[in-house]
Amino acid sequence: MHELSIATSILKSAEREVENCGGGAIKEITLSIGKLAGVEIDSLKFIWSECMRNTVLGNAQIVIFEPEGNARCLDCGTVFGMKKIYDSCPGCGSYFKEILSGKELKINKLIIE
Amino acid sequence: MCSTCGCGSNENGVVIKKMGTEEHIHYHSDGTQTLHSHGHKHAHPHEHSHSHTHEIKLEQDILGKNQLTAEYNRGFFEALNILCINLVSSPGSGKTTFLERSITDLKGVADIYVIEGDQQTSNDAERINKTGAPAIQINTGRGCHLDSEMVSKSLRLLNPKPHSILLIENVGNLVCPAMFDLGEALRAVIVSVTEGEDKPLKYPDMFHTSHVCIINKTDLLPHLKFDLEKLRDNALKVNPKLQFFEVSAESGQGMGEWYQFLKSKIA
Ligand SMILES: [Zn+2]
Repeated sequence: MHELSIATSILKSAEREVENCGGGAIKEITLSIGKLAGVEIDSLKFIWSECMRNTVLGNAQIVIFEPEGNARCLDCGTVFGMKKIYDSCPGCGSYFKEILSGKELKINKLIIE
Repeated sequence: MCSTCGCGSNENGVVIKKMGTEEHIHYHSDGTQTLHSHGHKHAHPHEHSHSHTHEIKLEQDILGKNQLTAEYNRGFFEALNILCINLVSSPGSGKTTFLERSITDLKGVADIYVIEGDQQTSNDAERINKTGAPAIQINTGRGCHLDSEMVSKSLRLLNPKPHSILLIENVGNLVCPAMFDLGEALRAVIVSVTEGEDKPLKYPDMFHTSHVCIINKTDLLPHLKFDLEKLRDNALKVNPKLQFFEVSAESGQGMGEWYQFLKSKIA
């Protein structure tokens, strides 16, 4: 259940930002969790409320972007969408690729009030 | 229960213990102790009729702190020429036997240190301690993986010599440890031939982030319907750069190549 570590890290960053602002609570938090990032969004949501209770994120709205997986084939240069990290190039069948998106695991922004 | 922090619950805290000694560290990594809410809202001297909102564009990696500490660890290892390997597997892959055998066979070749990750027990660390290698036990409690801060704290207790090998046995699961860089030079995923050939496809993140794949318990192959080629093909689909070692930690078969590989890395 590494989603707990993810939630804890998010909370630590959020607390730091609120402290830098001289206090307040977070109204909205925007996250990017790529489809290939290895995080179960349902698990994260499941533990979220318990983890965030009585914290700066206790009443925050969560907005989650889920970028799709995209890669560039290292053999023929085709750019293609991937559902799985082991999808092969539709152009030439190669498994060698550079992942362009889908591995994001970021806090994009916070709204503090 | 730890006398240092007086916390009665080992379940939520991390305990790091040097085997064969009383030295240990106990801390909470789940952030619960930092959740003091100081009520800044009511501390405002005057109430505004309109509310202030600040929008902060962070664009910050959620695991950025782990990554940073992992890089500190990596710098430490590189400066002292310590080869650090993060070993990941499912329970039952024979990882501890693999470690025991490696330590015993490499005596006189290299100093080996071990960090053992486990949620609750120290059974594996006790087995390692018997081989004579200095070992640290990290009990992660609720945590299902090691992180770079745990390793950083362990290094202070372990105090490894230059030109040595540090083997980290991560908590036994193929999901969570994939996301947490510990600062290792190499990540090795161990699978045994008693597991399915589709393991790499079921746990692609782990195979994708590993450099080495150790296929263990090959001595059992004659008794099993296991397609070794298929396992390798599946693993190569996920990670075409993966390097394989086929071994039996029980019989010693194939271990020589693994030792050659380690020696080449610390030479
Ligand atoms: Zn291609």
